[in-house]
Amino acid sequence: MNGSEYVIETRDLTKVFGRQVRAVDHLNLSVRRGEVYGFLGPNGAGKTTTLRVLLGLVRPTAGSTVVLGRPPGHPDGLARVGAMVEEASFYPYLSGRDNLRVIARLTGLSDDGIDGVLDDVDLLQRGGHRFKTYSQGMRQRLGVAAALLKDPELLILDEPTNGLDPAGMAEMRLLIRKLGSGERSVLLSSHMLGEVQQVSDRVGVISHGTLITEGAVDELRGKGSIAVRAEPLALARRSAEQLLGAGRVEVMDGALRIDADAADAPRINRELVLAGVAVSEVRPIERTLEDIFLELTGKEENGHVA
Amino acid sequence: MWRSYRAEMLKIAKWPAIWILAAVFLVLAQVFGYLIPYVAYRSGGGGGFAAGETPAQLLADLLPGRLIPNTLGGFPLFAGAIALIIGGLVTGSEYGWNTLKTILSQRPRRLAILEGKVLAIGSTILGLVLVVFAMNAFWSLLIATTTDRATDWPALSEIARGVGAGWLILGTWALIGALLGILFRSTALAVGLGLVWALAVENLIRGFAGVLGFLDAFQKGLPGTNAGSLVASLGAPTIDQPGGTPGVTAVVSGPQATIVLLIYVSVIAVVAWLALQRQDVT
Repeated sequence: MNGSEYVIETRDLTKVFGRQVRAVDHLNLSVRRGEVYGFLGPNGAGKTTTLRVLLGLVRPTAGSTVVLGRPPGHPDGLARVGAMVEEASFYPYLSGRDNLRVIARLTGLSDDGIDGVLDDVDLLQRGGHRFKTYSQGMRQRLGVAAALLKDPELLILDEPTNGLDPAGMAEMRLLIRKLGSGERSVLLSSHMLGEVQQVSDRVGVISHGTLITEGAVDELRGKGSIAVRAEPLALARRSAEQLLGAGRVEVMDGALRIDADAADAPRINRELVLAGVAVSEVRPIERTLEDIFLELTGKEENGHVA
Repeated sequence: MWRSYRAEMLKIAKWPAIWILAAVFLVLAQVFGYLIPYVAYRSGGGGGFAAGETPAQLLADLLPGRLIPNTLGGFPLFAGAIALIIGGLVTGSEYGWNTLKTILSQRPRRLAILEGKVLAIGSTILGLVLVVFAMNAFWSLLIATTTDRATDWPALSEIARGVGAGWLILGTWALIGALLGILFRSTALAVGLGLVWALAVENLIRGFAGVLGFLDAFQKGLPGTNAGSLVASLGAPTIDQPGGTPGVTAVVSGPQATIVLLIYVSVIAVVAWLALQRQDVT
């Protein structure tokens, strides 16, 4: 394993709870230095268990794991990792600021950076209030503040936008993008596919504990296609096939679906018109991460992965 | 370990539940240790736990010379129960609030986290013991002064022994609570079962020990019995004596009780470490 290129590497990572519950199954995951890595999967796929293994909270049953060149849970590694796993968990009777003081003491940091990270997540004004009075969104933001307190090389965030309103989600996405823009690496686990698509350099999809695909978002989305509505449809199809080849044109829902980049749309439109076809619509079709995810996992629930 | 200790002390210092427990402990100690016996003395006789004591005996127990037994008398049972709750809160709450994952994903190893907790519990308990001794010393001095009695204080070495014994007794109960919190991953179950054991089961065992021989041998290994015996060895009247306090018993010698309680502390620390080390924090 190359510790300088990868901040996280797992090889055949396996975690079995009890005798039968195989939460993670021979998982091979690689997160490169400086990238935002989106970790996708349905509920129960093994995402959170994987993150817990990376942090040393759960002991793996088999396989190897290296985080920042150290075994999971090693103090030298943890000192450089900021994490928020599932919901942010803090002491309810302490203020947000005092909770961060607890984290600072555990990590061996001074309290000097606390107001800075509270400001980063827009909690400076409420820092003196008790954690139990915080809204869900404020709790999540305090979790991110705690993760940032160490100025970590690696940030592990599990569903960071949970409980946030749309404006808060947008802010959180901007924050994540900003945090991952430099040398810092971010491992972002989420079921919000649009969110991951917007902020991630690469994504990995996990299902039943196994990584079923991994790559850059654009790579996974592949080449797009173009939908063309035209009359007469048969003439339009023949013309398109002559232009691009028969294998790249098909009829779907009363329109042509042509396997081509969006940049080719004007040329295709011009050729069809010259061939005597009346073109009423030329529209690029882009596969979303959600399309890919649903193809891979075969599950769908209200636009979100269940 | 020191990082963890500093973090734990910050949590404990700002935890209202701990302050409430400390206040309850101190108020009970003053009320049952000094206020009620003093009122009984002023009323001219003893009743209840003070049955059989003359006013002169009641007053003698409240004077500075009896500071150590009078302070420690409530430790094996009542104060022990409060210490057990403190220990259960310190560890069990981490599971209830899911904060164990938060602290374990920072820097210290699990052993350092546990060491910090044990040290913080020990510091808190020592603080409570010192405060209750100081408060009791104040009341005993006040009573001696107002009744024109001599203020003969115990030697400093005896006071130190008394403080040490109190720290050991409450520390043992607090660590029992802390261990139960880790094993049950909960505050409620740890505190509930711990109190049932401390307040009910041990007393039942001691009650039947005179009837069943094997229970007599068994009770000599119980934390409550040894705590009571340690207190009795320092001069506190046992439950079957006039002015005796529940939980104070003279089943084993003071040195033996000290050794058994130290063994409890050591074994609890090891078992707690093994349990925490093996746990998956899910």
